[in-house]
Amino acid sequence: MTSATFPASEPQPSWTRYFSFNTDAKVIGIQYIVVSFFFFLIGGLLAMIIRGELITPEADLVDRTVYNGIYTMHGTIMLFLFIFPVLNGLNNLLIPTMIGAPDMAFPRLNAVAFWLVPIFGGLLIASFFVPGGPAYSGWWSYPPVSIQNPLGHLVSGQGLWLTAVALSGVSSIMGAVNFVTTIIRMRAPGMGLFRMPVFCWTALAAQSLQLIGLPALTGGAVMLLFDLVAGTSFYRPEGGGDPVLYQHFFWFYSHPAVYVIILPVFGVFSELFPVYSRKPLFGYVYVALASFIIVGLGLVVWVHHMFPSGVAQWMRNLFMVTTMLIAVPTGVKVFAWLGTLWRGKLRLTTPMLFCLGGLFNFVFAGITGIMLATVPVDIHVSNTYFVVGHFHYVIYGAAVMGVFAAIYHWFPKFIGRMPYEGLGKLHFLLTFVGANLNFLPMHPLGLMGMPRRVSSYDPEFAFWNVMASLGAFLLGVSIIPFLLNMVSSWVRGPKATHNPWNAIGLEWLLPSPPPEDNFGEHVPTVISRPYGYGTGEPLVENQEAIERALTLQEARA
Amino acid sequence: MTTALPSSPQGHGHAHGEAEHENHSLTGFIIFLCSESVIFLAFFSGFALLKTSAINWLPAGVEGLEWRMPLLNTVVLVSSSGTIWLAEILKARGSLWGFRVLWLLTMALGAYFLYGQAVEWSGLSFGFTSGVFGGTFYLLTGFHGLHVATGVLLMTLMLIKSFIPGNYDRGEQGVQATSLFWHFVDVIWIILFVLIYVWQRH
Ligand code: HEM
Ligand SMILES: [Cu+2]
Repeated sequence: MTSATFPASEPQPSWTRYFSFNTDAKVIGIQYIVVSFFFFLIGGLLAMIIRGELITPEADLVDRTVYNGIYTMHGTIMLFLFIFPVLNGLNNLLIPTMIGAPDMAFPRLNAVAFWLVPIFGGLLIASFFVPGGPAYSGWWSYPPVSIQNPLGHLVSGQGLWLTAVALSGVSSIMGAVNFVTTIIRMRAPGMGLFRMPVFCWTALAAQSLQLIGLPALTGGAVMLLFDLVAGTSFYRPEGGGDPVLYQHFFWFYSHPAVYVIILPVFGVFSELFPVYSRKPLFGYVYVALASFIIVGLGLVVWVHHMFPSGVAQWMRNLFMVTTMLIAVPTGVKVFAWLGTLWRGKLRLTTPMLFCLGGLFNFVFAGITGIMLATVPVDIHVSNTYFVVGHFHYVIYGAAVMGVFAAIYHWFPKFIGRMPYEGLGKLHFLLTFVGANLNFLPMHPLGLMGMPRRVSSYDPEFAFWNVMASLGAFLLGVSIIPFLLNMVSSWVRGPKATHNPWNAIGLEWLLPSPPPEDNFGEHVPTVISRPYGYGTGEPLVENQEAIERALTLQEARA
Repeated sequence: MTTALPSSPQGHGHAHGEAEHENHSLTGFIIFLCSESVIFLAFFSGFALLKTSAINWLPAGVEGLEWRMPLLNTVVLVSSSGTIWLAEILKARGSLWGFRVLWLLTMALGAYFLYGQAVEWSGLSFGFTSGVFGGTFYLLTGFHGLHVATGVLLMTLMLIKSFIPGNYDRGEQGVQATSLFWHFVDVIWIILFVLIYVWQRH
């Protein structure tokens, strides 16, 4: 090693790199996030159409069959084109910088995985324009509805849907192999597993679930595609097949998929609560390990989605118990966060507000989740708005809010500029109020018996539906301050220092934005656990010198 | 604009040449194989479920499956696992030509397996759309056959690369990965053979 030099902020390379096949994980991360928000707007527009339709009891805004396509595409786009890609964006930004790696283990594979996203996204959007319209069998695409091809064309909305979902699987597997390999093999010296930030633990857990679950869905989807286009009878009772088999394949993946979504958000909570309460994460080891207990249990609960589908009674009982058991490791995490906040010096910044709001919504969703795990309750409310309310509390209330928290928190690091607090807080307020106003009324509606996936309903449901629709429009508005904030602070926000939140972590020992190879040859040696807030313990060797150099460099710039 | 800083004593570098990257490749490949095995697991459990629950498993006019040719194929594939193992040993001992010969033999056995499969398929009286029986039969054997073909292609690639001077200087792991893949394909076939041919149901 020649004269030891410190990574310096390089002159900013041109913005065109965001439109190219770039292999830098930080560029790919931002590409993922931007593209996913593009699809979030499309999925959100569809949600507005749904809620616009439901503001009156009659089916008056769109045709019934069109409505079927709209909720199917809303669910599919939000999951496969928004939430998974946005989380992979965070993984790309955070994993290498948090563990001190120069990049991902397989940078080119990483870029391929990203570029598949706009490709299958385009395919999915294109299905709006084929004869017969897009897929209309719901995001879960159950046979027999999903294996009908009434027009008989080779290219159908359903066929495009299956192709897009298969490509999304390929992209996710590429990503998962990359993330897991990177975390296992490329950590900074001294960073044993139990010195790894919780976000990396949760990413490792979530990506392991992808690796175990996705192939089952892919296998099931391939068989569905053959039933649709080749005339096989895997799921056709006439030919000896079994439609419930598809449900097993589907939920064997799609239940774990909710943990793929929520685990990294647990990671975000675990990173941010300590920063904004100036205390170490309470029960770090248990929080880290609970992620893997959730992985183990999460793989054996899928039948809770099939309680009314004709499964044996012993299976229902067994899966009811396993589902309830998941509350234990999840509860461990919730108590750890509360323990972290307890008597902390809370700083209510935008990211912290999003975390607190997200935690609140998550606890609420946890309660309705336990209710749904109970077989008799589930059979009663299955396929009603109660379920829709429950999972939107998890997905919008907790996961999307966690994603916003992460974006505001790490924006200065990766963009090099500060987001505006005022706009951020406005965004939080609209989101929190909008989400609760939108999704809370769905619970009474479900209990009263309003089914999901209908475009008209009995007038007795009108009041709560109007409330929900108002909440939805508020959520639609909430995105405006967010986009304004992102664009204006990216263009001319105040320059960010290397550590504006006074956070502890390897990523905060890099300049903002970090140079292309992060620490390059000079990866610091980790000497203590993460989250040493208030303990005065340094995280790495020579920490003071590194920080002094960074500050000096910022002063000179 | 650089600031001199004392570098950490254990001066660590991830970017230390290809060798370390190749290391990651094997790790990544093993992770991928674990994931890939779940597709087969899904197909196998779906197959078992359909086979046990079907009222009429065999389509009308089909008497069951002829097993002699597939048994020969099984023997061929299992022995190719042996030859690839020997090839690796020879390579480790530095005998590049011994490696190439056994590697080529493995490829030949793999190709013979595919040939046997094609002969079997062409003589069958049922098709992909003959109920779940036909569907699962072609799905399982076809998907496995695709893996065999991929294996043979990978081996061809490795054989060509073995002629590039200095190919193994930097800890190349393609041979290891390919042979791991080949054993995987072999084990899958044995399970498949038991499920499809040994377990007869009428
Ligand atoms: C803009 C805020 C949102 C609103 C107003 C909204 C509204 C709705 C409504 C009313 C339904 C039920 C449609 C029906 O059954 O007739 C629904 C379904 C669904 N939503 Fe959302 N949603 C929003 C955001 C999200 C997000 C962020 C996600 C996931 C990341 C998501 C995932 C889903 C899924 C998976 C379904 C089920 C689709 C199906 O029944 O096949 N939604 N949404
Ligand atoms: Cu579930």
